Amino acid sequence: MSTHASHKKRTGLMDWLTTVDHKKIGILYLLSGGFFFLIGGLEAILMRIQLIKPENDFVSAEMFNQLLTMHGTTMIFLAAMPIIFAFMNAIVPLQIGARDVAFPYVNAVGFWLFFFGGVLLNMSWFLGGAPDAGWTAYAPLSTVSAGHGVDFYVLGLQIAGAGTLAGGINFLVTIINMRAPGMTFMRMPLFTWASFVTSGLILFAFPALTVGFFLLMFERVFGAHFFNADMGGNVLIWEHIFWIFGHPEVYILILPAFGIISEIVSTFSKKRLFGYSAMVFATVLIGFLGFMVWVHHMFTVGLGAVANSIFAVATMAIAIPTGVKIFNWIFTMWGGQIRFTAPMLFAVGFIPTFVMGGVTGVMLSVPAADYQYHDSYFVVAHFHYVIVGGLVLGLFAGLYYWYPRMFNRVLNDTLGKWNFWLFFIGFHLTFFPQHWLGLMGMPRRVFTYMSGQQLDTSNFVSTIGALLMGAGTIVLFINIIISASKKNIASADPWDGRTLEWAMPVPTPEYNFAQTPLVRGLDALYVEKTAGNGKMTPAEPVGEIHMPNGSILPFIMSVGMFISGFGFIYANWYAAGGGLGIVLITMFLRSVIDDHGYHIHKEEVEADIKGGRA
Amino acid sequence: MHADERLTDANFPDHPEKATLEGKNKFLGFWLFLGGETVLFATLFGTYLGLRNMHMDGPAGEEIFKLPMVFVATMLLLTSSLTSVYSVLAMKQNRVKAMQGWFIVTLILGLAFLGLEIYEFVEYVHEGHTFTSSAFGSAFYTLVGFHGGHVLFGCLWIATLLARNWNRGLTLVNAPKYYLFALYWHFVDVVWVFIFTVVYLMGKVG
Amino acid sequence: MINNEKVGFYEVMRKWLQKGRLLSLIAMLAILLTGCGDPTLSTLVPQGDVADKQFQLMLISISIMILVLVVVFVLYFFVLIKFRKKAGDDSMPEQVEGNHMLEILWTAIPILLLIILAVPTVMRTFEFDADAKPSKNELSLKVTGHQYWWEFEYPKEELITSQELVLPVDTKVHVELTTADVIHSFWIPSLAGKTDTNPGDGSKNYMWFDTGSKEAVYKGKCAELCGASHALMDFKVKVVSKEEYKAWVSGFKKASASTGDADGQKVFEKNCLSCHAVGEKGGNTGPNLTGFGEKEKIAGIMDHSKANLKKWIKDPQEYKPGNEMPKLPLSDEEVDAVADYLMELKLQ
Repeated sequence: MSTHASHKKRTGLMDWLTTVDHKKIGILYLLSGGFFFLIGGLEAILMRIQLIKPENDFVSAEMFNQLLTMHGTTMIFLAAMPIIFAFMNAIVPLQIGARDVAFPYVNAVGFWLFFFGGVLLNMSWFLGGAPDAGWTAYAPLSTVSAGHGVDFYVLGLQIAGAGTLAGGINFLVTIINMRAPGMTFMRMPLFTWASFVTSGLILFAFPALTVGFFLLMFERVFGAHFFNADMGGNVLIWEHIFWIFGHPEVYILILPAFGIISEIVSTFSKKRLFGYSAMVFATVLIGFLGFMVWVHHMFTVGLGAVANSIFAVATMAIAIPTGVKIFNWIFTMWGGQIRFTAPMLFAVGFIPTFVMGGVTGVMLSVPAADYQYHDSYFVVAHFHYVIVGGLVLGLFAGLYYWYPRMFNRVLNDTLGKWNFWLFFIGFHLTFFPQHWLGLMGMPRRVFTYMSGQQLDTSNFVSTIGALLMGAGTIVLFINIIISASKKNIASADPWDGRTLEWAMPVPTPEYNFAQTPLVRGLDALYVEKTAGNGKMTPAEPVGEIHMPNGSILPFIMSVGMFISGFGFIYANWYAAGGGLGIVLITMFLRSVIDDHGYHIHKEEVEADIKGGRA
Repeated sequence: MHADERLTDANFPDHPEKATLEGKNKFLGFWLFLGGETVLFATLFGTYLGLRNMHMDGPAGEEIFKLPMVFVATMLLLTSSLTSVYSVLAMKQNRVKAMQGWFIVTLILGLAFLGLEIYEFVEYVHEGHTFTSSAFGSAFYTLVGFHGGHVLFGCLWIATLLARNWNRGLTLVNAPKYYLFALYWHFVDVVWVFIFTVVYLMGKVG
Repeated sequence: MINNEKVGFYEVMRKWLQKGRLLSLIAMLAILLTGCGDPTLSTLVPQGDVADKQFQLMLISISIMILVLVVVFVLYFFVLIKFRKKAGDDSMPEQVEGNHMLEILWTAIPILLLIILAVPTVMRTFEFDADAKPSKNELSLKVTGHQYWWEFEYPKEELITSQELVLPVDTKVHVELTTADVIHSFWIPSLAGKTDTNPGDGSKNYMWFDTGSKEAVYKGKCAELCGASHALMDFKVKVVSKEEYKAWVSGFKKASASTGDADGQKVFEKNCLSCHAVGEKGGNTGPNLTGFGEKEKIAGIMDHSKANLKKWIKDPQEYKPGNEMPKLPLSDEEVDAVADYLMELKLQ
């Protein structure tokens, strides 16, 4: 008895809507994350133009608050995290020698939920105004905010967050269960390790935010009183919940960047990572400590000296594993053969920038001094050094590094260097003066400032820097367009890679590995290059390969959530219930329709191997 | 052997829920999911503990909680956890009818629990303890309601699972599903034990 | 201001630092940083005990951090220059696994540096938290944040003013903070760090600061996003001599609502008094306007002139979007009269 359905080959749009292939989902994440990155960047530039001179009236106060809220929210939830997921999807299964992720279907659900959540949130621009209470949405400002802006924030992010949680569980199981023979935990590339820890953080941090969003939604839509002091509510509950999620979120963002930098520094220095086990241990430790420091976002809330001191010392402790990482990167390059390609330039630019963000982080951990820094531009400077100077430079580095693997083409290296220098110089011009602005008394999240406070020059420089960053980003997009229009097919291993993602031809076969590879050490491909024939030793004979079928259900399910989100926003219970009904029906269909995937026959695989396609 | 073939006593594996890679993945993934659910309920408990004395003009917990009724509900749910254990034991011995029977008992007990909970909520609303009467009201209904929602989802899940696989016996595809449901049900049960303690007992004691 | 034991410990710290090699660095930094920014706004030009100590903490932490930066940057640039790939050199570098000695070193040294930083951190955090609640013998304030203005109550002096604090020099001020609506944050960068104003009696906050020895007008800010005009929620802190302060208090308490401008007063009483108090009479949903004629700013942000005042009365939303003051249907003559009246409101 065989119920294996014959494989329906879908093409074009339908293929992308139904795909469960982690490589394609990675590309979908990258495209939509990139799109939201542009929107978030545009919002930032509009804000900087408003602040180029004192008492400017380029945008209104209300518009500015919407811009600052959407800039933060978009960049973190809709740009940074999806691009991280893009690389996790595209690279992690390859790095561990797997044919797929553990739950391909859930993977697709995760992507489409994120996508429709992001679209829902951005619909607010056209439907009466975006959320305006900051990405932190502190109650009661968020609960009394007029219009539907904050409702879009709550529902949009709730839906996107559910997708992220699904993705996190998927990668945990993938990394634990699907590693190739010989790929022990302590042989996993650092990016895979970082993805593993990040997924763990997602699993334990996002449910707190889920609850927070439910409470906020109940308060706004159903008249609950969690944050209404007149009815016994307490606004600090929101702050705690938000930061119990929010601080791990910072590490969810930065750890994958650490992973990317580790891969690139090692590859372009032609050296194995210095102190690999210390790097792994530091990654895990940072993830663990990330859950015990949330109160450092709340030093001025009035929790008392005891709480503030405990969380101050815990925060300082994080500097230690982070420092270990910095020194290990420098000593990986020590004695190496450093090639300054575009990805390496970004990685090299990352190191000092991130260190500067790190040291201001330690300064901020001192509560008594933080009373001065808190909610000033000093904080804005600090977290942009960490998130842009750290994460975004890491993501750019990863993009240039893995672009050949993801898109079978190379990006132009010269344009890449232009991209780097414009962005890097623009970045420091934008954010370095903001340290002084904060110390000189400028609060953050202000739509304007009066003249005569000696804040004008630094603000002007900062805006010029932001425009340069924008120019750098435009160069990146030109580079992408040029590479897409030319037929410069990449080689399979353009950087003389050390890890498994470079061990198969381009384009990557849909089953990744014709034969599951046998891993014989850290830097599995490098081991074979020096001790073998330069190819991975197979761990199994050529055989039938089982693949999952695509499905349109994840897309439909997410459309259902999207409709339901609208329903809750406008208190239209038919739409809310109908949307949830669609979700339940797709879940029901998924569980009653037997779908066992399909097989790629041995002969096809053999033909691929012979033709150099696998 | 294909994963969806009916298992016989001859080819029955020791752990049918973990006999395939898919099964192993689901098994691990679900445990992790329950880890996330733990954080979710921990956050709800935290919120409730922060607001449980804020009943304002409405009735306080100790005035309205009806321990005998809640105790019956607790017994129903605890028993249903036990019957789901019997189901899994039967599953591991390939006794399909017994497994189905015990799951049906589990389902009925779950529905009875839900019925009691709804009755309880209606009573409270009549006594002026509503979702919007105070911060305590909001926190109470959110915490207990989230749990109730989980019970309801569990009931829908096992009903679908049983109906779909009624005549198929046990296979390597459906065995993990039964097993995961049982895991879920135990989790929901454990959460209830905490609710019974934190909300009702602590509420009564003061 | 603070008890002697703590001063003693601080002196020990200071001496220790003076002996250490951090001294020259701190001195250099102090020169570099001090004097940066508007002297009535910048945290880098601290006045009074609290801001001073916060500035010192900044210097200590920046010094330690610059030490770290220098070490990292020297290593970094050395490596980048020394180990770039030379043309034609295709040799494979030695694959080093790690080095236990080095790794222990760069774990242990940061721990030491952080301990050095943690000691004054914890000390100061407790110091600023101690005896913040209102005390009988010292000056106490009740600060209430409103969208988008500040209400200042002097409970012992039994007076309520708005937007502009008047305080005597060299005085420790105890502050109780609360809000009438959303969360704000009370910040006078020159004098002390900020503290949030939380809604609800259960979440009241307390802080203290010292007014310093200089007579000056310091700028105050709201530091927590509180709505559209968050950026415009400025206030002033006038630090005056102790005699002037006493005179201000007694003048304020004697202040009367009549200025001789009967027309303006009539318009005011008819249209404004339900929200704004002057002297004994009036509501408290808007800023108290007693002594308005002597204020530094209108609505906290505009220069103090009759022309600006008229603009403000005619359209408050134009200058402070989202604030609670309605645009009243006043004729030009009425606006003119009420502006005249308000500009005449002076303390005796």
